[in-house]
Amino acid sequence: MQTAQPNMIAMAFFAIFIALSLVITWFAARRTRSTEAFYAAGRSVTAFQNGLALAGDYMSAASFLGIAGLVALSGFDGLIYSIGFLVGWPVVVCLIAEPLRNLGKFTFSDVVAFRLRQVPVRVAAAAGSLAVVSFYLIAQMVGAGNLIRLLFGLNYETAVVIVGLVMLAYVLFGGMIATTWVQIIKAILLLTGAFLLAILVLMKFSFNPLVLFEAATRQYGAGVLAPGRFVSDPVDGISLGLALMFGTAGLPHILMRFYTVPDARTARVSVAYATAAIGGFYLLTFILGFGAMVLVGQPAIRAVDAGGNMAAPLLAEAVGGQAFLGFISAVAFATILAVVAGLTLAGAAALSHDIYVHVFRGGHATEREQLRVARGATILLAILSIVLGIAFKGQNVAYMVGLAFAIAASANFPALVLSMFWRNFTTRGAQASILVGTISTLLLIWMSPTIQIDLLKHSTAYFPYRNPGLFTIPLSFIVGIVISLMAPEAAAQDGFTRLEHQIHVGEEETA
Amino acid sequence: MSDITVHLTRVAAARWRLALLLTAIMTLTYVGFILLIAFNKPLLGTILMPGLSLGILLGVLLIITAWALILIYVRWTNTHYDNRVADVRRERRAGR
Repeated sequence: MQTAQPNMIAMAFFAIFIALSLVITWFAARRTRSTEAFYAAGRSVTAFQNGLALAGDYMSAASFLGIAGLVALSGFDGLIYSIGFLVGWPVVVCLIAEPLRNLGKFTFSDVVAFRLRQVPVRVAAAAGSLAVVSFYLIAQMVGAGNLIRLLFGLNYETAVVIVGLVMLAYVLFGGMIATTWVQIIKAILLLTGAFLLAILVLMKFSFNPLVLFEAATRQYGAGVLAPGRFVSDPVDGISLGLALMFGTAGLPHILMRFYTVPDARTARVSVAYATAAIGGFYLLTFILGFGAMVLVGQPAIRAVDAGGNMAAPLLAEAVGGQAFLGFISAVAFATILAVVAGLTLAGAAALSHDIYVHVFRGGHATEREQLRVARGATILLAILSIVLGIAFKGQNVAYMVGLAFAIAASANFPALVLSMFWRNFTTRGAQASILVGTISTLLLIWMSPTIQIDLLKHSTAYFPYRNPGLFTIPLSFIVGIVISLMAPEAAAQDGFTRLEHQIHVGEEETA
Repeated sequence: MSDITVHLTRVAAARWRLALLLTAIMTLTYVGFILLIAFNKPLLGTILMPGLSLGILLGVLLIITAWALILIYVRWTNTHYDNRVADVRRERRAGR
């Protein structure tokens, strides 16, 4: 694989994807005349479409290339990661999806602020959202720059700028409608690509994954089917697990998708479709990882990229030739683009809907004004993501995704749950819970071996664990509860009955 | 009016019970899996048949568990819960 040379077939596939998605954006732009269209695609997305879009938002390039690479280089350990990403979805559907749809309008702050005082809660919740979005965005942009350099031979900065500009076009003009359709197309391409690749691999192993796994053990020893070093410390293992599990239920760009469907039932059913797609995809990734381990070989994968990120593209080349490599590369590029667009839209919603409209304008702003601010916020975030992508060039970004999940689980998830289920939750409690969740996560990660030893090259770390979730999630819940109990808020308690009703019956009936 | 409220409270309680039960099952099985990985790696490395270790089997079962829990929740709410909420809505309109 000549990674430094532009692959013309990949370029062609990618050009087709960009052209198609810009046509969609053009059609979407004509329908994007209101905030409801811009943030929530006019609430007209079907369960199946939203399922694919959720899956598209969730299956980032990190999970496609990263997990396939992890499996190719260390076998079983890759499975631990994919399972962690999947087990959060039952929590999303059971606790979050329906109440969110029935209580809110555009962002998860709508739900937290439902019966609390708007301004303080919105500021805290928007800060939590923006922290998650920023770290996620950095990880995606840096990943994008590296991958595109490897796949297409473009230089890093060019790749980051292209991703930033194309994504800006989707979000700025097509809002949620364009972003959703880009997400759906990308999800279909990704699933098709992974499926075809898995079929091509399994063809060589009489269509039996076990024969493939056995071939891997013959080549690399039985250790590839057993846990390795990945979860070496039980506390760290559970801590990471909890962050992945509850973080999913606190990711702003995922939560925002539940507003694009017409009702709570559709929101619920869409999670079933999404989980089917995501789970199936991770099972396929596992076959791809072992396929690359056996058919490409670990030394060859490491030679191109030490982290193993090129395992899936190399496998595509090995079993399907240049054309298939081109297709898979284009799919990976499209994947990054779509995820970045989803994140930017979520960030723009926090800035304009939560901060501008509710904090600065007291909830009163005309549609035109809101759209103008939302688009301004989008441009700001696009510039920011390009700058951050270039600034963080060469950084190890794996921990930033971990950080994003840890903040989502420790800042957003507890406030969301307490605001929906606990009558005595107060404005101060919500504020404290979100801020303590965010700050304690950032602090513990800064004190962890990941930053202190790996990054700053110190000999010791202030905090022994790499994953703070086990400590910060309970801390955020406790702070929220204690602060609420210290100073009860009568108005918030009164509002709870209305909230309980609206969770089940929806907005129209209570109005 | 109070009748409707009682009805809704009952439906709501039933749904939260199911939701919390399923969430608890998922959390416990997943944490159990992680604990097994942390404390008993050789056990999960046990080869059950050529190409299949206990760890891989449990991992796949965990993914299937997640699917199953979601299907149980969606099926129950789509039939029982939605119908009962619809009843509450009808009663409300009739009572007005």
